[in-house]
Amino acid sequence: MHRFANPARFLRLSRAIQPWILAVTVPCLLAGLYLGLVESPIDYQQKDTVRIMYVHVPAAWMAMFGYSSLAIASAIGLIWKHPLADLAGKAAAPIGAGFTIIALATGSLWGKPTWGTWWVWDARLTSVVVLLFLYLGYMALWNAFEQPQRAARAASILALVGIVNLPIIKFSVDWWNTLHQPASISRIGTPAIDPAMLRPLLLMGVAYLGLFLLLLLLRMRVELAERRVMALQLARSRDGEPS
Amino acid sequence: MNGFWAILGRDLALARAESGGALLAVQFFALGILLFPLGLGPEPGMLSRLGGGLLAVMALLATLLALDRLFQQDHEDGTLDLLLTSPAPLWSIVLGKAVAHWLITGAPMLLAAPLLGVLLQMSWPAIGGLVVALALGTPTLSLVGAVGAALTIGTRRGGVLLALLVLPLYIPVLIFMSGTVTAAETGLAFGGHVSILGAIMLLSLVLTPWAAAVALRQVGD
Amino acid sequence: MAEFFDMGGYAAYIWPAYGIAAGVIACLFIWSWRGLKKAEQAEAALGKRPRRRSARVERA
Repeated sequence: MHRFANPARFLRLSRAIQPWILAVTVPCLLAGLYLGLVESPIDYQQKDTVRIMYVHVPAAWMAMFGYSSLAIASAIGLIWKHPLADLAGKAAAPIGAGFTIIALATGSLWGKPTWGTWWVWDARLTSVVVLLFLYLGYMALWNAFEQPQRAARAASILALVGIVNLPIIKFSVDWWNTLHQPASISRIGTPAIDPAMLRPLLLMGVAYLGLFLLLLLLRMRVELAERRVMALQLARSRDGEPS
Repeated sequence: MNGFWAILGRDLALARAESGGALLAVQFFALGILLFPLGLGPEPGMLSRLGGGLLAVMALLATLLALDRLFQQDHEDGTLDLLLTSPAPLWSIVLGKAVAHWLITGAPMLLAAPLLGVLLQMSWPAIGGLVVALALGTPTLSLVGAVGAALTIGTRRGGVLLALLVLPLYIPVLIFMSGTVTAAETGLAFGGHVSILGAIMLLSLVLTPWAAAVALRQVGD
Repeated sequence: MAEFFDMGGYAAYIWPAYGIAAGVIACLFIWSWRGLKKAEQAEAALGKRPRRRSARVERA
């Protein structure tokens, strides 16, 4: 029964901290949106399009944060065979993939007016696309097995292989980019960012992190509930009763 | 190391017994390359410029062909359970499997590549660079592929899933293989790219048999 | 107000970007919430005729 004691404590804990995360996220989100859309100055080169930064850059942060937390959860699940860690990894994947999609789509919408094209084979964009496929592969592997235990093990190993590979992929894509990319398209300088722009950016970063955590807790509850349904069905069929 | 040699010999013998089957990957490699001039047009300048990249991409895809059977067949006929209980270390078995896979798919591609390079009107230095790049790159593809194959044992639609898992991990090899060809073609020193390809190969030689062994052990549980 | 929504002529890029971000996050929340409700309903349906063993699992 000790396996079930843990989820119960987790559910209590998650119910206790949810209001606190919400209390931080909502004001940060509102303030970030207000400062970002209204108060923050326009960039002298990018004009108003710089406002896309406030939804784009934090999404890219969350895409990376999601994959690292997925890998950490996988390591914990593999080493200590902690069932909650396996579920945390499974729960984090679609959220991380969602933020990766946001980063790609908003980046594309930012690229059109500033670079004049929806897509450039920029090193950063390319690595983010690869990251999306790492997420998709992880999710596909989870769904490919009948038994959840085997799926958890296989997906965890894949996540760890992926996190070892990620720096190598990043390095190779950077190198490839400098080889093939005319330098002129790289983002218009990277001057020290104006504090009036940094403030909404950081606020949105905190808000995105809060949303990520809220989604993670919610998805873990979904996974736990589905696990309980499976256990119930199993128990019923074992008792020889039609379910 | 006994496990390594035993598995290597067994897999090669099995491939030979299948006769024609063993060379399917290299046939796919050649056929794929022949499709590009038909799709892109026979313009000589363009083909020789694209040749290195096309051959590198086709090498990635052809490697995938035989991968999904690497452990799947042994899993289905029960050999894998015997291997898991054998006293030989599991990593040596994985290594034997990966080397056998390379000898069956990578090595024939290495031999076919210069010929295909000539057909694509690539320059001699570029063909030389290509052979070096494939020699150092394709073993990595087999090694990393072995991890993917071990992870997808017993899954439905294993082959497509395997491609989805493994191809993103192949990106660095692809980039440095085609980089080697480009550098060789333009007369630049390509030692740097070659050393990176070699480093990636050594790294995967150390890490992947171990990772695949961890994955295989899950099958037995 | 119209000036604000015009975004210096870049409305066609800025509002879709904010819309996509909001849309994807909202979809994640709705999808997860529906999954939770569905699983809880299935759990309740299974637990209606509780036998001792299932009841114990359910409490956890």
